[in-house]
Amino acid sequence: MPVRMRTALVPSATLPLAACAGRQSALDPQGLQSDQILRTFFIFLIVAAVVWIAVVIALCVGMLRQKRAADQPLALHRSFERTSGRIVFVLGLATLVIVLGLSIVSYAGQRTVFAKDENALTLKIIGHQWWWEVRYEDGSPDKNFVTANEIRIPTGRPVKVELESADVIHSFWVPSLTGKMDLITGQKNELQFTAKNAGTYRGQCAEFCGHQHAHMAFAVLALSPDEFDRWRDHENQGASSPTDPLGKQGEQLFRARGCALCHTIRGTLAGGQLGPDLTHVGSRTTVAAGTLPMSPATLAAWIADPQHIKPGNFMPRMPLQSDELIAILHYLEQLK
Amino acid sequence: MVAEQRELRDDALNGLQLSTRLENIWRTPSGFFGALASVDHKVVGRRYIVTAFAFLLLGGLLAVLMRVQLAGPENTFLSADKYNQIFTMHGSTMMFLFAVPVMEAFAVYLVPLMVGTRNIAFPRLNAFSYWMFLFGGCFLWISFMLNVGPDVGWFAYVPLSSLQYTPTKRPDVWAQMITFTEVAALAVAVEIVVTVFKQRAPGMTLDRIPLFVWAMLVTSFLVMFAMPSIMVASTSLILDRLVNTRFYDSSSGGHPLLWQHLFWFFGHPEVYIIFIPGTGMVSAILATFTRRPVVGYPVVILSLIATGFLSFGLWVHHMFVTGLPQLGAGLFTASSMLIAVPSGLQIFCWLATLWDGRPVYRTPLLFVIGFIVIFVIGGLSGVMVASVPIDTQVHDTYFVVAHFHYVLIGGAVFPLIGAVYYWFPKIAGRMLSERLGFWHFWLAFVGFNVAFFPMHILGLIGMPRRVYTYTADMDWAHLNLLSSAGAAIFALSFALLLVNVIYSLRSGPLAGDNPWDASTLEWATTSPPPPQNFDRIPIVKHRDPLWFDNESLPVVAGLSVERREVLLTSLAEAEPQIREASPDPSIWPLLTAIATTVFFIGSIFTPWAVLWGTPPMAVALIGWFWPTGSKEDEE
Repeated sequence: MPVRMRTALVPSATLPLAACAGRQSALDPQGLQSDQILRTFFIFLIVAAVVWIAVVIALCVGMLRQKRAADQPLALHRSFERTSGRIVFVLGLATLVIVLGLSIVSYAGQRTVFAKDENALTLKIIGHQWWWEVRYEDGSPDKNFVTANEIRIPTGRPVKVELESADVIHSFWVPSLTGKMDLITGQKNELQFTAKNAGTYRGQCAEFCGHQHAHMAFAVLALSPDEFDRWRDHENQGASSPTDPLGKQGEQLFRARGCALCHTIRGTLAGGQLGPDLTHVGSRTTVAAGTLPMSPATLAAWIADPQHIKPGNFMPRMPLQSDELIAILHYLEQLK
Repeated sequence: MVAEQRELRDDALNGLQLSTRLENIWRTPSGFFGALASVDHKVVGRRYIVTAFAFLLLGGLLAVLMRVQLAGPENTFLSADKYNQIFTMHGSTMMFLFAVPVMEAFAVYLVPLMVGTRNIAFPRLNAFSYWMFLFGGCFLWISFMLNVGPDVGWFAYVPLSSLQYTPTKRPDVWAQMITFTEVAALAVAVEIVVTVFKQRAPGMTLDRIPLFVWAMLVTSFLVMFAMPSIMVASTSLILDRLVNTRFYDSSSGGHPLLWQHLFWFFGHPEVYIIFIPGTGMVSAILATFTRRPVVGYPVVILSLIATGFLSFGLWVHHMFVTGLPQLGAGLFTASSMLIAVPSGLQIFCWLATLWDGRPVYRTPLLFVIGFIVIFVIGGLSGVMVASVPIDTQVHDTYFVVAHFHYVLIGGAVFPLIGAVYYWFPKIAGRMLSERLGFWHFWLAFVGFNVAFFPMHILGLIGMPRRVYTYTADMDWAHLNLLSSAGAAIFALSFALLLVNVIYSLRSGPLAGDNPWDASTLEWATTSPPPPQNFDRIPIVKHRDPLWFDNESLPVVAGLSVERREVLLTSLAEAEPQIREASPDPSIWPLLTAIATTVFFIGSIFTPWAVLWGTPPMAVALIGWFWPTGSKEDEE
C-alpha cells in the first residue's frame, strides 16, 4: 500500500470541514487520493493565507505612514532606497524558496495520487455525448460486461479506470474520490483511485463537451467487497425474461417501437450499440446520466419526452400510446 | 546655397505661429471622409479605447445574463444553446475584443506622447489595425445576433469544434474573428516596438523610459511571439473544416492535443499580454499619487522581462489532466510557480513605494490599492492551481473561474479603470468626478469580491465550469445566488463609470496640462494634446522629466514645419539620428481593411475566396504604397 505511507503531512485535515460535506465535494474526501489532494491543498492554503495577510498588513502600514513632503518628489533618502532595495531582494529570495518548497510538496502529493497498483480492479470508461459507457474488463472474458452511467466498486481496493472517448473530449471527475482525468479522442488515459468508505458519490463531466455538458453525470457506488462481488455476478448475467403479460408486452414493444435499435439488453434480441446498455437499468440510481433520480415517474417522463428533460440529446422522442409507455416502463423497471 | 533653399524648419518660428503651422500639417482632415482617413495616433487610439469599452459593455451584459441563469437551480431563463453561445461570446469578447485591444489602445494613445514624439511609427498600419479590429469585432457580434455565435468555448477545443461535431458555421466565425484581432494586435505590437526603439525624445536613454512604456514594450514582444501560435491553430482549424485537412483528426494521424498545445502556447502568454500593461499602469499611477518615483526601477523592468520569458514556459499547466507524463507535468508546476517571483518582486517594489511615499487618495490610487488586495489573492490561487494534484480537483471548476477573474479583473481591469481616471483628463481635457469615482471604486471592490470569492468554494464543492444549469440537490444554490448579487453590484459600478464619463465630458472641470503634477512627458503638452503633440520635441535629462525640470523643459529644434516629420534617435542612448517623414492621412488603410474583411469572411465559406479575395487586397495595397514623390525621396 504505497498510497497510505505518504498521507501524514497534515493529520486530520478534514475535520473542520464537516460543513462542506457533499456527494460531489473535494472538501469531503472519501478516497485515498482525494484525501491526499486535500492535504496538499491545505498546505498551499495556509501558505497563501499567511502571504496575503502579510501583504495586506504591509499595504495598510505603508498607507498609514506618511513621512515625505508631497512637493519634493525627487528628494529621496539614500538610506531608504538602499534598505528597501535590500528588503525587496530578500523578499524575492523568500518567494523563490517558498515556491520551490511548494513545488516539492506538490510533487510529493502528485506521486501519491498517481501511484499505480498492479492488482487494481480494471474498468474501461468510454465517454459519449452525453453519457458514460462502463465496461468491466477484469479477469476472465466471461466476467466482462457493459453497463452505463453508474460504476460500482469495492471499498479498500484500488480501481483502475481506462478512459477513452467515442466522440469529443470529456473529463472523468469524482471529487469525493480523486481528481479528474480527460477522456481524449484517439488517446488512452488512465486513473487509479481507492474508495475508503462505502457510499454513493456523484461524478460529472468536467470538460465542455457540447450542448448537454451540464447533464452528463454519473454515480459511483462504493460497496463492501462481498456486496460488490455479489453485484458483479448478478450484473454479469443477462436480463431475466419477464413472466407477466404486461412485461412480455413491454419486451416486445421495446423492439417494435425502435428502442432496440440503439439499446442493448443482454439476453434478449435488443442489441443496439448507439445508446447506453439497459440490461439492468432497473437497478440503477439515476435516469439520463445523472439528470434525474431513478423512479417510475422519472423514467416514464424520460421515455415519454427525452428532449424535454435534456434538450438536444441524441435520444429521439418516440411516438408511444400511453398503454405502450406503461408496458415498456413496466418491462424496464423489472430489469434489476 | 543648399542651406538657403532648404525648407522652413521649426527653429525659424516661435510661439503661436509655430503651433498653428504644425497644427495645420498634422491635423486630421475635416469632414466624414477626412475622419476615415485619419492616421493620428490620438484619434485612432481614442477610437480604439471607445470601441474596446463598447465590447466590455457587451461582454459584461453577457456575464450578467449568465449570472441570472445561474442564480437558481434548474433555471430556464436561458436554453442550453443560448448559454453555450453566451459563455463562448463572453470569453471571446473579453479576451480578444476587450482586454488585449484596450491595453494596446492605451499604448497607441499614450506611448508616442510618453516618449515625446509626434506620431506613432507606421501610422497608416495603425489605422489599418483599428479597422481590422472593428470589423472583426462586428463580424463576431453580428454573427451572434444572427444566431451563428460560436458555442464551443473561447478555447474551441477540437474535436468538439470540428466539422463532424459542430457542423454549423459557428466555430468558423470564432476562428476567423481570431485572425482579425490577431492581425490588428500584431500590427500594433510592431508599431509600439519601433516607436519605443526609434522615436524616443533625445536623451531618453533606456533607463529613462517610463515604466508604462517598458511594460508595453515587453507586451508587444509577447504579442509577436504568442499570437502567431493561435493564428496557426485557428487557420488550420478552418482548413480542417473547409478543405478536409486533418491536423486535429486522430483517426488520420492528427491529434486533438496538438490544438491544446498551440492554443495554450498562445493562451498563457495572453494572460501576461493583458496583465503586464496593467502593471505599467500601476507603476505610473503609484509614482504620481505617492509623490515619488517607484522604488526599484531596474527591478521592476527586469521583472517585466523575466515575466515575459517565463510566460512562454508554463502553458502545460492548462493540460495537467490530459494524461501527460507525470514528471513533465511536475516540472511545469515548478515553472508555473516560478513566475510568482518576478510578480512578487514588483508587488514588493510597489509596497515599498507606498511605504515611503505620501499617498494622495484620488480615485486612480484607490483602484491601485484594490488591485494589490485582489490580485495577490488571484496570484496565490494561481500558485495552487499550478500544483498538479490540486489542479486535478479544481481544473475546469468554478475555483478556476474565480482564480482567473481575480487575476484578470484584479490584475488588469482594476489598474485599467485607475488608468481611465488617471488619463481621462489628458485625453478629454476634463476631470472625471472624484465623488462618483469614490463610489465606483467601492461598488466595484465589494461587488467584485462578493461575485467571485464564493466561486472558489463552489468549485471545491464540485461545481464544474460551463454548465448551463444545476440541480437543486447539489447545494450550490446559495453561493450562486450570492455570486449573482455581487455581479449585479459589480455591473452597477460600471454604470457609474459610464455616467461619470458622459457627465464629465460635458461639465467636468477643465484639466489643464498637468492636473496631477505627474512626471512623464504626456503631461508636458496641453489636454487634449494638439495634433502635433509637442510644438518642439523635448530633451529628456531625467527619468522623471517634469519633476526634474518643473519650470520649462529643454527642447530640440530643426524639424520641418512644411511636412510631417518625426525625429529618429538611437536605440540605447536616444541620440538624435535623422529626420524622418511621417505619412499623411490616407483612405487606403480603410479600403485595405475592407478588402481584407471580405477576403477573411469569404474564406470561411469557400476556399475560392482566397482566389477572388486577393486582387482587391492587392489593389488596395498598391494604392496605399503608391509613391507620392515626397521631398525626402527627392533629396
